[in-house]
Amino acid sequence: MKVAIVKYNAGNIRSVDFALKRLGVEASITDNHEELSAADKVIFPGVGEASTTMKYLKERELDSLLRGLHQPVLGICLGLQLMCAASEEGEAECIGIFDLTVKKFEPRQKVPHMGWNSLSGIQGKLIPRELEGRYTYFVHSYYAPICDQTTAVADYINPFSAALERDNFYATQFHPEKSGSVGERILKSFLEL
Amino acid sequence: MLAKRIIPCLDIRNGQTVKGINFLDIREVGDPVEMGAEYASAGADELVYLDITATHEGRNLFADLVRRIARNVNIPFTVGGGIKELKDVEPLLSAGADKVTINSAAVKDPELISRIASSYGSQFVVVAIDAKFESGEWYVYVNGGRIKTDKKLFDWAREAEKRGAGEILFTSMNHDGTRKGYANEATARISRDLGIPVIASGGAGKMMHFVDAFSEGEADAALAASIFHFREIGIRDLKNHLKEHNIPIR
Repeated sequence: MKVAIVKYNAGNIRSVDFALKRLGVEASITDNHEELSAADKVIFPGVGEASTTMKYLKERELDSLLRGLHQPVLGICLGLQLMCAASEEGEAECIGIFDLTVKKFEPRQKVPHMGWNSLSGIQGKLIPRELEGRYTYFVHSYYAPICDQTTAVADYINPFSAALERDNFYATQFHPEKSGSVGERILKSFLEL
Repeated sequence: MLAKRIIPCLDIRNGQTVKGINFLDIREVGDPVEMGAEYASAGADELVYLDITATHEGRNLFADLVRRIARNVNIPFTVGGGIKELKDVEPLLSAGADKVTINSAAVKDPELISRIASSYGSQFVVVAIDAKFESGEWYVYVNGGRIKTDKKLFDWAREAEKRGAGEILFTSMNHDGTRKGYANEATARISRDLGIPVIASGGAGKMMHFVDAFSEGEADAALAASIFHFREIGIRDLKNHLKEHNIPIR
């Protein structure tokens, strides 16, 4: 199985590679269009700012490439947010796989939302049902609201989408690569899709 | 619900985890990667690795170590100890660290906080503050608690946040090593003053001290070293204890 990690100007890509290695999977980290299109699975991770990373992706036409992929694609953290239609962060127009606008948390509690939070309302194909109530690791200041494509909910300041799915596109706001054994089960589930 | 975090802290010298009250009596307590993986599987929420090596060779060993930790540990970890300027940060983050912590260097050059935050994002910057309460005031100390500054704890914590710190790691020198509990009053004041998470550090001796750090101290996370390294408190037992006291944990 060929797994490709999208290489772009965002942080934290190495951690996903290490997490896959722990599962015995050697991934390639690439921005090559042919290589991404030919992969069996594509992972789109990232930590960073929405508008500057979108600009980078658009210049390399990686946004349209991602939108047109037919194999399972997993967006993580900023990856999830960039797969939405738009983000309030830097007024970014995003890739538009999920029909949502990413919003900034109202600072009624500490922002960023940083740490381990529980998953509820699990549905869809990515996250095993028995992980209902289990904790995963989040670090983010913006969130995707709940919609028809929401497949898991977390609650901080307000309930938001911890995971989204649409057709072959999957995304998690949390970091499965940093979420201990629970995260490993979710990554494994993605590799088995 | 967001869980309170338990963070074992590992001091590293020449690639080994060490523990000592002062520099004269430092004991090696184990391999940092094995210990980290063990803590992670026992339920630790994050790890902090501090490089206390003074030599150039030791620093290179530390960067290699960060890479090995990133490969083997499946929870977030913060590294620090030798960061003096922006260019010290990149090798650590690209080796796979999730956050860096700065202490003395930030006091000497507060702009360093802003430079790291604007280059990498606030969530990567943990500002560690060592402070001592004396003659009615909390003073900030640098160089591992050896040099007193004229900075006051609460002012400095607010300034660190304003400059882009994503988190504050507050160690009370009055409490550190005493095993009589954390500095809950001061921790709570920082936590209320600031809109970023606060990690309580210094003074943990028994499980009830963690309960107090979260309830009275309003801390978002609690850090400890020797009680974990010497297996006086197990992470799992601690988590069960916190749960019994209605502290949200994972």
